[in-house]
Amino acid sequence: MARAVLSGNEAVALGVKLARVQVVAAYPITPQTTIVEKIAEYVDKGELKARFITVESEHSAMAACIGAAAGGARAFTATSSQGLLYMSEMVFWASGARLPIVMAIVNRSVAPPWSIWCDHNDAFSQRDAGWIQLWAESAQEAMDMVIQAYRVAEDEQVLLPVMVNLDGFLLSHAYEPVDVPKQEVVDRFLPQKTPAPYWIDPSNPKSYGTIAAPDTYMEFRYKMQAAMENAARIIEEVDEEWGKFAGRSYGGLIERYRCDDAEIGVVLVGSWAGDAKEAADELRKKGLKVGVIRLRATRPFPAERLVEAVEGMDAVAVVDRSLSPGLPSVLTAEVKAALYERARRPLIKGFIAGLGGRDVTPLDFAAVVESTLKSLKEGKGGIVWFGLR
Amino acid sequence: MASELPLTAIAVPAKGAAGRTGLWRTERPVIDYSKCTKCLLCWLYCPEGAVVRRADGNVEIDYDYCKGCGVCANECPIKAITMVEEVS
Repeated sequence: MARAVLSGNEAVALGVKLARVQVVAAYPITPQTTIVEKIAEYVDKGELKARFITVESEHSAMAACIGAAAGGARAFTATSSQGLLYMSEMVFWASGARLPIVMAIVNRSVAPPWSIWCDHNDAFSQRDAGWIQLWAESAQEAMDMVIQAYRVAEDEQVLLPVMVNLDGFLLSHAYEPVDVPKQEVVDRFLPQKTPAPYWIDPSNPKSYGTIAAPDTYMEFRYKMQAAMENAARIIEEVDEEWGKFAGRSYGGLIERYRCDDAEIGVVLVGSWAGDAKEAADELRKKGLKVGVIRLRATRPFPAERLVEAVEGMDAVAVVDRSLSPGLPSVLTAEVKAALYERARRPLIKGFIAGLGGRDVTPLDFAAVVESTLKSLKEGKGGIVWFGLR
Repeated sequence: MASELPLTAIAVPAKGAAGRTGLWRTERPVIDYSKCTKCLLCWLYCPEGAVVRRADGNVEIDYDYCKGCGVCANECPIKAITMVEEVS
């Protein structure tokens, strides 16, 4: 173990190196670019024995990863925002073809208006693609998550691609101390990839992604759902096992921060969990029992774990950094759906916040909690825009 | 049912995996061997691989899988292939 000061993007690149990825195909886009720049440097120096394919678009980047993964190689790419949207057709292909690709999404809002700053709409636009979606809070977790992601993706009970999300600039370009595990530790945790029996084999030619008529298509999609259900278990097992190898784990599907006796909970994904935790600490000094529930996975959606986490809470604030115009918060809707079957469920209030990189501070999270308490007294939840000018 | 399927749609190369597509045909190509020069353009252009080369160098149509598209008749430089209606 060594300690290094790394940006979130450098931590991801180091995770890719430690995972001994064999093929990287990427197209630059802010704020992702420094991930693949760093990987290119590793490849150039011979520190990572990988084929680095420079492509003409994100669509081609994912297509190259699909080819590489179908050929049995461990493949990686990274993108953001418009790049992910341009890649979308191939994103769906990768999951339908059941290829264990890992992709870092450095979350950035979608244009227009043009914006390079953080929100989560880019990744959530691909919510139904059949990719496992994980969310990091720190540079350390982003590195660990890349390594964990390959274990999850390549598990024979899963075989689905994984998106590792990290907040643009807030994580990608912020420097933090990161504990870097030794290569041999990662090698033991994540053995060399062995191709599954249906990988492309020139001596046994087959056509992949062929037509499935109405008599079989549903069954192929059912298998993806079954794999997601397996993934929910595997994500927890892999995170727990990582704890034994690296000395740290993150709670599996969700992280519960001071939730055991909490009366108010804040549910969210991403790096601003740190601000919410700081707010919870401050509010507890004033006697308010506040906890933070950070979803590490949104696909598979950790409904069971969420039910356990809110046990005993009177109210829950869902703080969503994405917008589904006309709903407007899918994260709030999913939290509500997960808790609907419960006889006793907390009041749920949704907040649309931080779109386009608008700063949300610990003081703001304290205001979110106050607003939720007010709604609790009035007995009415709903969804509000936080900090709208 | 689902347990019998692979994880993703895969096809193994096999003759006629989609059934006898020759049943789709409304017109059949007929070769006049007195004109045929064995140039093999029909064999080269057939999109279905339904023009078969025989050991003696002649070509013949595999009517089990020929869909009757007429590409061979169109490409034949000496018009040795005629399209004949299946049902007149």
